[in-house]
Amino acid sequence: MAEVIMPKMGDAMEEGTLLQWLKPDGATVSIGDVIAEIETDKSNVEVEAEEAGVLHTKVQPGATVPVGEPIAIIGDAAVTSNGASASSNGAAPAAPLASSGEGAVAPATTKEEKDILAVSAATRSGEMKDVGETVNISYREAIRMALGEELDRDENVFLLGEEIGQYQGTFKITENFLDKYGPERIVDTPISEAAMVGLTTGAAMMGMRPVIEFMTLNFALVAWDQIINHTAKILYMSGGQYNVPCVLRGPGGVGVQLSAQHSQDLAHWYANTPGLKVVAPATPADAKGLLKAAIRDNNPVVFTEHAGLYGSKGDVPTDPEFIVPIGVADVKRKGKDVTIISYSRGTIISLAAAEQLAAEGIDAEVIDLRSLMPFDIDTIIESVKKTHHAVVVQEQWLYYGIAGEFAAQISEKAFDYLDAPVERVAGAFVPMPYSRALEQLAVTHEADVIAAVKRTLARNS
Amino acid sequence: MAASPAALKTRGSTKYDAHGAEIKDALVADSEAVIAALNLSDDQLLLTYQRALEVRHFEEQCNRAFRAGKVGGYLHLYIGQEAVSLGVLEACKQGDQVLSSYRDHAHCLILGSDPNTVMAEIYGKSTGISRGKGGSMHLFDKANGFAGGYGIVGGNVPLAVGIGWALKYKNELKENKNICVCYLGDGSMNAGAFHEALNMAALYELPILYVLENNKYAMGTSVERHSANTDLSSRADSYNMKNSKVDGQDYFAVRKVAQEIIDEMRINPAPYFLEAVTYRYVGHGAADGAATQITYRDPSELEEWKKRDPINILGDALRKRGTLTDAKHDELDKSALEIARVAAEFAENSPVCAPEELTQDVYVD
Repeated sequence: MAEVIMPKMGDAMEEGTLLQWLKPDGATVSIGDVIAEIETDKSNVEVEAEEAGVLHTKVQPGATVPVGEPIAIIGDAAVTSNGASASSNGAAPAAPLASSGEGAVAPATTKEEKDILAVSAATRSGEMKDVGETVNISYREAIRMALGEELDRDENVFLLGEEIGQYQGTFKITENFLDKYGPERIVDTPISEAAMVGLTTGAAMMGMRPVIEFMTLNFALVAWDQIINHTAKILYMSGGQYNVPCVLRGPGGVGVQLSAQHSQDLAHWYANTPGLKVVAPATPADAKGLLKAAIRDNNPVVFTEHAGLYGSKGDVPTDPEFIVPIGVADVKRKGKDVTIISYSRGTIISLAAAEQLAAEGIDAEVIDLRSLMPFDIDTIIESVKKTHHAVVVQEQWLYYGIAGEFAAQISEKAFDYLDAPVERVAGAFVPMPYSRALEQLAVTHEADVIAAVKRTLARNS
Repeated sequence: MAASPAALKTRGSTKYDAHGAEIKDALVADSEAVIAALNLSDDQLLLTYQRALEVRHFEEQCNRAFRAGKVGGYLHLYIGQEAVSLGVLEACKQGDQVLSSYRDHAHCLILGSDPNTVMAEIYGKSTGISRGKGGSMHLFDKANGFAGGYGIVGGNVPLAVGIGWALKYKNELKENKNICVCYLGDGSMNAGAFHEALNMAALYELPILYVLENNKYAMGTSVERHSANTDLSSRADSYNMKNSKVDGQDYFAVRKVAQEIIDEMRINPAPYFLEAVTYRYVGHGAADGAATQITYRDPSELEEWKKRDPINILGDALRKRGTLTDAKHDELDKSALEIARVAAEFAENSPVCAPEELTQDVYVD
């Protein structure tokens, strides 16, 4: 006898909904039979029988079940649906793999990542003070909300990308959009990133406001000539005649065993290019507010999302005019002893580290850059003048990166206030390995942030 | 209108007309028939001739300026290819959008840009049409629908997809039935972006006329050395895109086929790939002089092509019908030379870019 449990399909998934039973209660099933369809916040997943036997369902369609809880039992015909008399072999069935191809994320989750996401859910940005009604939704839903509101507001906004329409989006960001907005505004494209950016750039030159979804930002590398040599430079090359108002968005970031080609943070490459603006939200509210600002901006904006944050929740203003201005950092946690500077999931890691440091009596201030270009140096310098110590946290490779940039900025603008050198926390300088054991060594952890904070405080001069 | 795939099979160095048929006679287009069909007046014909001379003299003036050290960077001249830009762009109307490569002076001028500001751009002055930021390779003239010259081979081909998209779907634009013309060279045929863009243009049925200026060389590499399939326009068949070839030295041939294509495209949006077979008299860039050209092409080839000079072909047709006289030619030629000289003078006398212009136009508010 075996329990059929609600599978964990992603780091942030905590529950799922049973959509329907594909085999009725009491049916005899074979190994591999598809018995149910469940809905997660990422995608719909078919659940297969791990054992042969008689299916005893435990929940009704529509029920929401926490991850790891049983939805059915497969036993022999004599076993009743409460399963009381059966002896279990004790092995919980492995979570079935998602069938959604690129959207699938390995189900492994560490305790640390759970902590990170818990902190994320509790995080509120500075703009949250007087924003009216809010709703507690995921980062993914916040992006969807922003896109929908801007599609409703401005007929020149349209979306294009691979699998965003008929397939409903690889990460379900654009779920139901095709039905609502039609194929002229929700444009399914072939796998042609260069031409996608060309379409975007040319349409923007004519006054439209296209938003590309790269299935992941890794695939934008195929389009780099278009992005760097065309999208970013046309305003300048034309002497200001043609501006290119567009958004290039998609998930990136490291982790969840996606290995070398699908797990990296390249935001600094874009931020190094004049003509592009670059943002990297850490919370659902910032994701909504920054995406709306990006769509309304008259310049090309690279909007970097973190796949590891899609499921994280937070309070998001429902006001369709809620905007987070590009170029403004947010002090996510006030403190007096050390300034930790980061962006995207690095902010969430830093906040988790700050909570642990607080337990040790170290009061860290956490600044979320939110925008990488333009960046808000004033907020950082003001903080460093107060704390005299700075740690910059990034998920990308160490060298020539964002941490290096801010270490330089701080030393140039606040050298006399520093009591110790600026510390950098970064990912290992290796292509991302697949092995979970190796990946854990390669990515940035809150323990790394804590160690860096202690190093800089120990060097107090 | 498209040649059937079967008609496009056999290729070599021979020339083909718009329907894929081999060009038997140097003056294959029946100029009188084209003039009658398009109802071209003597004044219009003389204006076309005048523009051809203006482009030629402008380019020669640029060349002199480069040799004199007054112009920096790269300089890619259009001499020998004039009929390809004239024949297509004169079939366009206000609101049509045009993209080019780095060999872009002629397209910009023919669309109506002021030769003074174009020359000032090439001189890198703040009075330049791109305010001195773009230079020879990056002329832009939004008011006249010139959406730019681009320096990465094949890089402009995807941009046309976006412009075509906006012309088809943007509310304020779609009623005008405007089209996008995207010029490209034979060298761009082997860049990945070209293929992505052609597929997408055809998939979405966008109103884009791709004009391949097959001048036989991608810099110093001949078509035979850079393309496994030297029947370049036939590659559009792979994307289910209508295509044909035209004698790029014959203004009337180009004008006729372009007018037919564009008129149809305004009614039924769908891309078209037109290969204009032409020849670049000069080197790839200003640095590609006679000494380097000899490494990849025989000087006698140029002499052969000069026998089919596009301005002479146009002029001969006009003379034959009495529209052009030697005296009129001399008058127009002198005027064209004067325009180029005035442009150079304007450029020379224009102020250099001010330091504060350096950081302008990186971002817009």
